Formats: sequence, C-alpha cells, structure tokens
Amino acid sequence: MSENRFTGTERYVAPPELTLAVNAAATLGRPLLVKGEPGTGKTRLAAEVAAALGAPLIEWHIKSTTKARQGLYEYDAVARLRDSQLGDPRVGDIGHYIVRGKLWEAFACPVRPVLLIDEIDKADIEFPNDLLLELDRMEFHVYETRETVRAVHRPIIVITSNNEKELPDAFLRRCFFHYIRFPDRDTMIAIVAVHFPDLKKDLLAEALNVFFEIREMPGLKKRPSTSELLDWLKLLLAEDIPPEALRAGEERRSIPPLHGALLKNEQDVHLFEKLIFLHKRQGR
Amino acid sequence: MLTGFIEALRANGLPIGLGEYLTLLDGLRARVTGPSVEDFYFYARLALIKDERHYDRYDRVFADYFGGIEAVFPPDPEHPRLAIPAEWLRRLSELHLSDEERAQIEELGWDELMRRLIERLAEQRGEHHGGDHWIGTGGSSPYGHSGVNPAGVRLGGEGREGRAVKVWDRREYRNLDDTVELGTRNLKVALRKLRQFARSGAADTLDLDDTIESTARNAGWLDLKLVPERHNAVKVLLLLDVGGSMDWHVRICEELFSAARAEFKHLKHYYFHNCVYESVWIDNRRRRTERVPTAELLNTYGPDWRLVIVGDATMSPYEITQVNASVEHVNEEPGAVWLQRLFAAWPRAVWLNPQPETAWEQTMSLRLIQRLARQRMYPLTLAGIDRAIRSLRSGEA
Repeated sequence: MSENRFTGTERYVAPPELTLAVNAAATLGRPLLVKGEPGTGKTRLAAEVAAALGAPLIEWHIKSTTKARQGLYEYDAVARLRDSQLGDPRVGDIGHYIVRGKLWEAFACPVRPVLLIDEIDKADIEFPNDLLLELDRMEFHVYETRETVRAVHRPIIVITSNNEKELPDAFLRRCFFHYIRFPDRDTMIAIVAVHFPDLKKDLLAEALNVFFEIREMPGLKKRPSTSELLDWLKLLLAEDIPPEALRAGEERRSIPPLHGALLKNEQDVHLFEKLIFLHKRQGR
Repeated sequence: MLTGFIEALRANGLPIGLGEYLTLLDGLRARVTGPSVEDFYFYARLALIKDERHYDRYDRVFADYFGGIEAVFPPDPEHPRLAIPAEWLRRLSELHLSDEERAQIEELGWDELMRRLIERLAEQRGEHHGGDHWIGTGGSSPYGHSGVNPAGVRLGGEGREGRAVKVWDRREYRNLDDTVELGTRNLKVALRKLRQFARSGAADTLDLDDTIESTARNAGWLDLKLVPERHNAVKVLLLLDVGGSMDWHVRICEELFSAARAEFKHLKHYYFHNCVYESVWIDNRRRRTERVPTAELLNTYGPDWRLVIVGDATMSPYEITQVNASVEHVNEEPGAVWLQRLFAAWPRAVWLNPQPETAWEQTMSLRLIQRLARQRMYPLTLAGIDRAIRSLRSGEA
C-alpha cells in the first residue's frame, strides 16, 4: 500500500505535514478530515492525491439537503411501480431499482479510489453520525436486496469542512484531522511558481507585498487567500500591469489595481479605501 | 513514554480516548512517519487532535513533554548549569502585565535579575505557577518561562514573544484556541427538543400509506397521493437584553441566537435594555430611532408563540418596580407591569439567565424577576436550556 506515496504534484505544493497526513490516512485506511481557511486548496487536495497516485477520483459534494443514505444507495420505488403497471419483466428483480450512491461506487471500485466528501459541514448536523459505521468498517447493508456491500479496497477518503457546523465527537474519533495552515511567504512563492512559471521576480515580490499587507489589515471580513492571489496574478498578467504600479513605499497611498480579485466584500473595500484616505491625510 | 504523553495531554483538557491512542500506535507500527521528532509531532497531532482549537494546547504540552525536559541556565562561567525540574515549568496560565508593571520590571537590570534568581532558587522548595514571585511558568515573576516579563530570564523552552525554532514552539494556532463551553452544535441539539412538526405549504411529498390505500381502491391502478412536507411549526419570540451588565455575556448570547436562528422557522427577536418597558427594538444600531411598541408585540404574536427572554436580570430593583426609574428614559409604567403583561400573554415563557444559578439569590432584582416569571428562570447552560425547553413544552416550571 505504501509503495505509492503522495509527495505533492507538479501543480500542487504540499508542505511536509500535509503529505504525512495523506500518507498516514492512506496507510491506515482512515478518512482524512481537512479544515482550513477558504481558498487554501482543501478540495483541490483530493484531486491532486488521485492524480499523484493514479487513482480514480470519486466526488461527493454535500448540500444542505443531502442525506447520508444518498451516498450509499437509493431505492427508486416510483420507477418500479411504473414498470409494474406497464408490465415490464424487469420488475421482478428489485436490484434494477437500486441506484448506487457515491460511497457504494467507491467501495465497488476495482482499484483503490480517492473519495472526496466535500463540505461535510453543509449537511444536517446528524449527517456525519449516519456515516459512522460505513466509514469505520467500510461496509453497509442493503435492506432491499439483503446483500452487504464491502469495500474491495479501503478508499482514500478526504473530507473537507468549512467549520459552519461543529462535527460530532464520535465522527471525529474515526478520522485523522489536519488543519491546513495559511502558507507563509516562501511556500506562497513556491505555489505561485507552480502556477505562473514565467512570472517576473519583481512583479511577484511587489504583488506578495500587497497581498500580505492586505491580509494583515485588521478588521477584514474575508481575508484573501491563495486562490484569490492566483486569480489576481492572472489578471495582473493579462492586463500587463508593471511592478511599479504596485509599489507602495512606506505607507500605501493608492488602492492596488484590480483589487476586486482580492477583496470580495464591499465593506472590506470601503475599509481599505478609508485606511488609504487616512494615510494620505497623514502624509500631507 | 507515550502513555505519559497522553496523560499529559489529557491533564491539559484535550479529549483523547483510548481509540486515538491505539490509532497512534497503529500508525507507528506501520511506520507512517520518519524517525524525526518533527514527523512524530505532526503524526501524533494528526491522530490525536481533532479540532484546530486544540492545536495550541497540544503544542504547549508537546514542547513541555519532549522539549522542556532539560532546562538550562544561561552559559555563565560563574554559575554552573542548574537543572530546574520540568514540572515547575509547565505552563498553566497566561498572565498579562499592565504597562506600568512592565516599566517597573524593566528597571531591574540583568545583573540584578541574575543575583535575585540565584537567591530565589535557593529559597524555593516547591513548584509554582502564575504568581509574581516564585520561579515557575506563566507568571509575572522575571524567572521561569512563558511569562510576560520584558527583562525575564528564560529557563527552558522558548519565549512567547521571541522568535522560536521548533515547530511546536511557534504556536501558530494560538488564535484558534478558545474554550467555549456551549458550542453552537450543543445549543442546536438542545433547542431541537422544542421542535414540533406540522404539515404546511405545497403538497410535494409522497404519502405512501395513502397512495397504497387509494391504489388498492383504484383496482391496482396507481393513484399517487401527495402531502405537504413537514416543517418545524414552533414559533419563538426571543427578547434579548443588550448593553450594560450584559456585555459580559454577549458571546454566549450570540451563540444561542445563531443556533436558534437555524433551528426555528418562525423566530422573531427584539432587544431591550435591563428590563422590558413600553418599547423594544430590532436593530441595535437604530435603537434610538426605530422602536417597536411592546403593545404591538402583544397584539401581533398569538398565545401559540413561545416567549424566551434572555437577560441577566441584574439591575437596581427600582428599575423593575418604580415609575420613571429606567436608566435610559422616562417610563410611565414600571417594568414589572410590562413583564406581567408579557407572561400573561404568553403562558409558555421562560427566562434564560447567563449568570450562574448559585448567584441568583444574592441579587434582589433577580429574585423579583424570578417571582414575576413564576420561577421559570433557567441558567444559560446546556442543562439549563434543557430544563427551559421542558418547561416550554409542558407550560409548567
């Protein structure tokens, strides 16, 4: 199992603690619960693990209406009823009306897959509790056909959460937990280099200055994160903004170009403008 | 060795069970980590800690258990190495000094500090934490570590404010650590007991029983029957005390509020200050201009609504019993009259109080309100909310 170790990919910079977390989860066959600020690559992780290990990726995106059962299977009673009225011969076999869910798909996969359960905190608070046994033993029972589905290979399960709801203890006990720390400057440079290999050094340095300056501004509702920085750099390149336009000197006197990619909140933009106004006044 | 580590973590309030410990051992046996301490640090965190709020506490325990065992005195030829038991240095509390105190300590120079440390080491016989004299941790004495003393002498570990070397000494997760007794989840689970389902709205869910019956009656031809989906039909009117003595409890009220919001479809909230008088308000920023007469509340919401008042009921007793005694305005009728009206209009009502229950007897205004609320006052804790919900369901105290 451990001959395939995840070490990050060409497009994804994984710090050592994250690769350790993924490898430990894969080796012991336990789900990995990933939390972190929005935009730090939680969802991307599963796709990159799958790509790195050459495993198929099965994605299960959770909504507020998602039920745990839907991940296992659904019994399409209405279709069966309709078929029975039309005299379809298939109606005798109930198995035709069992619709497989994502978890079943992952359990039945002939090679070891990566299963992403995205934003588990969006669902009802009882949702994680309904998956305890399934995640623990990697098996479940189908009542309609009286068969038990067992995982061929324990899938590598990556679960993401945005902390909207607290998860129950019993569920947490069964998972490995990793909190993705916001990347420091060096890691950020490595991440940017992966996405924009030809970016000029001076532009990057100025852009990172602006970025970290904004992140450290007190009172921001939503601090920009990695994905916002990457979007912003893309825009800067597309508009061909010179590095000088970003340079601020000691105190920022003007709002950086294309700031809409970094600040997504109207109040944050106002706050930022107010600060710049104050700087200007002090500078006079 | 690991058992001791687990015990140390548990002693610091980290919820680690046997399951986590076994997982940790499993992983070590399967050699998921390399031989370095840093790998072990990350892996043990992965397996044992399930909440980023606990990362900081974990870091501290880890540093103490694996790093702070050997405490070394600064290299000074005159003084040989002195070992200080690691237990002394276990960081128990954090303390903040006022600026004046900082200045005072800064006046003591380095030499003076050293001299006194030696003296004190000789005097001290036990371990000590968080005071301002003996050597220990987290205190404001200049000796020990993790304390706040600008001229302090470090004994083992890394300083809180200095640049640190080890990962676990970086303490990056400090902001995430908070010990909330009442999580939103707990509150929601407690509030859930008040749910009462009723069918209302458009008929869009299949009624299986009725469909089978109608189909049978229809000689086997399918006759689908639909019913409206079930919704939580409980209606809650929430009155929240804000400002003044309630500032201490803002956080807990916010949690309750956000939990209640998600749990009930019909939830109306209004604010008041100290005691309910002739008007309340919805928006705290416009509380002076946009007020809602309390009489309007009485007329708008029928007796099927449940009334939940959250307040510490701590004020001058005159604010309840007398005319013109409100701290904010001239009230023509005493608060007690309004409270009586509220409790008469909504027979199912409770008062939640963030003050600890043991302190209730000591405050006169609290006893007064307790009587007005017909003893249906409950502490704002999980157990208290449970009792309150039971009272709301049964209508009795």
